[in-house]
Amino acid sequence: MTSLAFDYRRADSVDQALALLAEADPGTKVLAGGHSLLPIMKTRLARPDRLIDIGRLNELRGVNRLGDGGLSIGALTTYSELLANPAITVYGLLADVLPTIGDVQVRNRGTIGGAVAHVDPAADLPACLLVLDAEVVVRSARGGRTIALTSFFEGAFNSVLLPDELITEIRLPAASGDYRSAYRAQEQPASGYALAGAAVVIGRSTGGGGRFDRAAIGITGVGECPYRASAAEQEFLSSGDPAAAAAHATDGVLVASDIHADREYRTALIRVQVRRALEAAIERVG
Amino acid sequence: MAEHVTLVVNGQRREVDVEPRRLLVEVLREDFGLTGTHVACDTSQCGACTVHMDGQSVKSCTVLAVQADGATVTTIEGLAAGGELHPIQAAFWEKHGLQCGFCTPGMIMSAADLLARVPDPSDQQIRHAIHGNLCRCTGYHNIVAAIREAAVTMHTGSASDSGIVG
Repeated sequence: MTSLAFDYRRADSVDQALALLAEADPGTKVLAGGHSLLPIMKTRLARPDRLIDIGRLNELRGVNRLGDGGLSIGALTTYSELLANPAITVYGLLADVLPTIGDVQVRNRGTIGGAVAHVDPAADLPACLLVLDAEVVVRSARGGRTIALTSFFEGAFNSVLLPDELITEIRLPAASGDYRSAYRAQEQPASGYALAGAAVVIGRSTGGGGRFDRAAIGITGVGECPYRASAAEQEFLSSGDPAAAAAHATDGVLVASDIHADREYRTALIRVQVRRALEAAIERVG
Repeated sequence: MAEHVTLVVNGQRREVDVEPRRLLVEVLREDFGLTGTHVACDTSQCGACTVHMDGQSVKSCTVLAVQADGATVTTIEGLAAGGELHPIQAAFWEKHGLQCGFCTPGMIMSAADLLARVPDPSDQQIRHAIHGNLCRCTGYHNIVAAIREAAVTMHTGSASDSGIVG
């Protein structure tokens, strides 16, 4: 399959990419690994008239420890590079999720920045980043800003990123105290995308008296875009019961319904995944 | 507007002017005549088009030729040295790791990628490594056996003599 023709610009530096984006029109798209963008261009669901290729910007690649113990992950870091990095896989849910994303070849090309920018309603990684309290660092020729991921997604394939902005970095705060996490998903067998996926982080502050006083539950495959299930989080904090929390996984959300899973089935599936993810997180540290 | 692309393919420097929308697999097959790399699904699902780009396995139906500019690419044609089958190719032959053969070039390139990273993989690691390569004939059993056999050959320089398939 061949996409429609487009104008191709290769950026040799972040500044050059930002200059190209500054003159971008709505038909301009940024190309990183291309594993979300190129397939939809081939089927012509996307018809960009210009691509800005940032794939060679090594300054956007790699994982660095920040002064406060958090991590700075360059937007072009691939899933394979994340999977090979112990600073990343120390997070239990990232160790769970990374080997399940795509396959070896896809993980060699797909990037964390691309996953965040694309806002696929069923992608695995964004739900995990949501519960890790990730921040998205973006730059434009006008300057830069840092956006909490919880206010970044706007809907399917839609975010608050402006046309002249480039995601340069994803930041994860340091994991502190008693910290447990897990990711569980029911995949659509052919595509591997989540029909229903749940990422959880729970924790106890020191001297918290044995109760979990921190709970984050992120859900993918179910709503218009990955979301935090606040009602389920509140229920888990008050009862500590995974099943009771799971019953609130879709409160206030219009659950997706399609040929792979209708609304009722998908609602049942996500409750099971939330319960299993919470149970798995309770059982392990990290 | 055409872009000038330079690649090293199977050890040979190649230059070509391409339209930006052309895929790496199209350039390999149509411009360089390397038709061992197959196209099946053309949607990055099946892995028939797997090649190595700068030492990593990629699906060449989902890489633009312009993205590969400057890269070193190895295709199935680049594996056999001096007319001798590569140990992975020999093991696929020996263990009957193919039937129709359409998926085989991609399957072997994925196996080569695995064995370069993990010289002595478990069956589970082998199956995980070929997750992105679909075969509609074999049921995968003999493919896994072939990769296991190739790992032994590449370790010791000779095939195991069990004679048992699977």
